[in-house]
Amino acid sequence: MTPSALLLPRALLLRAVLLVAAVAGMATGWAGTLLADPPVKAVASFSILADMVGEVGGERVKLTTLVGPDGDGHVYQPTPADAKAVATATIVFVNGLGFEGWMDRLVESANFTGPLVVASKGVEPLAVGGGASGEGADAHAGHGHGEIDPHAWQSLENGKKYVRAIADALSEVDPAGAGVYRANADRYLADIEMLEQEVRASIAALPEGRRSIVTSHDAFGYFARAYGLRVLSPEGVSTESEASAGDVAALITQIRKEAIPAVFMENITDPRLLEQIRRETGAVMGGTLYSDALSEADGPAPTYLRMFRHNVQTLTQALSS
Amino acid sequence: MIFDLVAAPFFEFAFMRRALVGCLALSLGTAPVGVFLLLRRMSLTGDAMAHAILPGAALGFLVAGLSLPAMTVGGLVAGLAVAVSSGAIARLTALREDASLAAFYLISLAAGVLIVSVHGSNVDLLHVLFGTVLALDDAAILLIATIATFTLVAIALIFRALVMECLDPQFLRSVSRLSSPVHFIFLLLVVLNLIGGFHALGTLMVVGLMILPAAAARFWTEEITAMIAIAMIVALTGSVAGLLLSFHLSLPSGPAIILIAGAICVASMLAGPVGSVLAARLPRPHLEA
Repeated sequence: MTPSALLLPRALLLRAVLLVAAVAGMATGWAGTLLADPPVKAVASFSILADMVGEVGGERVKLTTLVGPDGDGHVYQPTPADAKAVATATIVFVNGLGFEGWMDRLVESANFTGPLVVASKGVEPLAVGGGASGEGADAHAGHGHGEIDPHAWQSLENGKKYVRAIADALSEVDPAGAGVYRANADRYLADIEMLEQEVRASIAALPEGRRSIVTSHDAFGYFARAYGLRVLSPEGVSTESEASAGDVAALITQIRKEAIPAVFMENITDPRLLEQIRRETGAVMGGTLYSDALSEADGPAPTYLRMFRHNVQTLTQALSS
Repeated sequence: MIFDLVAAPFFEFAFMRRALVGCLALSLGTAPVGVFLLLRRMSLTGDAMAHAILPGAALGFLVAGLSLPAMTVGGLVAGLAVAVSSGAIARLTALREDASLAAFYLISLAAGVLIVSVHGSNVDLLHVLFGTVLALDDAAILLIATIATFTLVAIALIFRALVMECLDPQFLRSVSRLSSPVHFIFLLLVVLNLIGGFHALGTLMVVGLMILPAAAARFWTEEITAMIAIAMIVALTGSVAGLLLSFHLSLPSGPAIILIAGAICVASMLAGPVGSVLAARLPRPHLEA
C-alpha cells in the first residue's frame, strides 16, 4: 500500500469503516441471539406431551408442537413445516405405543438423526379393552384385541414416568442445563403427586355403584385402571376405526343393564354416535372430556394438569349428581 | 330363531330402526339414479360428483360446525357448480363431457383437501363430514327421506325424456328443447342423493349403493322400469342384510352394506339371465328358431 493510496480515496476509507462497523454489528447481533436463543430445539408430537416438555425444559427449550390443541394425533397428516421443524430439531419427543403412526416416516423423511425420545418407555403397556375388569371385551368384540392402548398419559403415575424420561433425555442433549431440568422436573413431579392425591380422594368419594362411564373413543383405559373406574366406548382405541352395529348394540345393552349414569363427549371425536347412544339409554350427557389433546389456552384444559383436573371434576360431577 | 336373527335387532334397538329407515329411504332414491347413470354410461360420474361435493361440505362445516343444513347446502352448491360448469364447458367447447367433468371435479377435490388440511391438523375432518348410518338423527333421516321423495317424483316427471336421452341423445336434442334441462335435473338428482348418502353411509361409499344395484339389475332384465325395480330390491336387500351382518358379526356397517350389494352384483354378473357369463355360454333358443 502506497502513501498516496492511503491519502487518496476518502470514499474507500469510509466504505472500509462502514464495513468494519457492519461486521462488528453482525457479530454483536449474533452474540445477542446466541444468548437469547435456548440451547435445545425440541419437537413434541402432540399437545399434552409438549406441555410436559415445556414444564421440564423451561426457558432452555424452544418447543415446536406438531399436533396442536384439539387435534387428533391418531390420524394426523404431517406438513412440510413439520418436516422442517423435525429436521432442525436437537431432540424429538413422541408418545410411542403406536400413538403416532405417522411419526416414523416423518422422522425418516426429515433425515432426523438426533435422539428420538419415546416418553412412554417406562410405562407398563395396557392392551386395548384391558381396563379395570376386562369388561371392555364385550363392547369390543371384533377389533382391538391384542392391540396396545397408547393413551398412557391418562394415568398420573405414568405422567410421572413421562416427566422423568423427558428430564433425562434433555439432560443428555444439554448437560449444561441438567440442574435446571432436574429442578423443574422435581417441582413438576410434586405438583403431579399432589393432583394424584386429589384425584384419588374425589373418586373414592363416589358411591360404589356409580363408577362406570361411557366415552366416544377408548382413551381412558389407563385412567380406569389407575383410579378404579370402568370406561366403555363404541369406537375402538383409535379414532380411525368405524363402529359396528354389533358393538353399539352391545354397549347399549350394557348401559341399560348396569344403569350406567352418564356418557361423555371427547374434544377430538364426532359426538353424533354418542348422542344416539345417549338417546337410546336415557343416560345423561356428562360433559366433554379431554383425552388426546389439550384445549386452546382459553379453554378448560390448556395444560396436562388442568386437563386432568378438568376430566376428574367433569366425571365426578356427573357421577355423583 | 329367524326372528332373533332378522327382526329382533330392529325391535330392540332404536338406532337399528333409524339405520334401517335411513338405508331404505336412501335405496329408493339412489337405485333409479344409478340405473340411469349406468344406461347413460356415466357410472363413474357418481364417483366424480361424490368427490366434487367435498369442498362445499367442508366449507359448511368450517362456517357452521356440525350443522346438517350448512353441510348439505355447501355440498349442494359445490356439486351443482361442478355439474353445471362441466356441462356448460362440454356444450360450449371442444372438450368432451367426461374430460370437463374430470377437470372440474379434480379442481373441486383439490380445493376440498386444501380446506380440510388448512383447517385440520385438527380433528380429521373427513370423519366428521361423513356421518355413520348408526348415528342418524331425526334431521338426517328427514333429509334423506325428502331427497328420496323428490328424486322419485322428479324421475317420474322426466322419465320419458330421460329414457330417450339414454337411447338416443342426438334424437332428443333434435326434437325437443328439453334435452339440456333434463340433463341438469338429472345431475341435480345425482348430487342430492350423494349428499343424502354422505350423512347415512359415511365416506364415499354411497356411490356403491348407487352403482352396484344398478349394475346387478342390468343382468336380470332389459326393460328399464323392471331394472329400476330390481335395483331397488338389490339396494334394499344390501341395506337390511348389511345392517344385520354388522349387528351380528360386529363389522363396520357402511362397508358391510356395500359389500352385500357388491356380492349380489358379482353373482348377477356370473349367473344372471341377461348377458351374464353363464347366459352367454348357454345356447340361445330364439336364435335357433
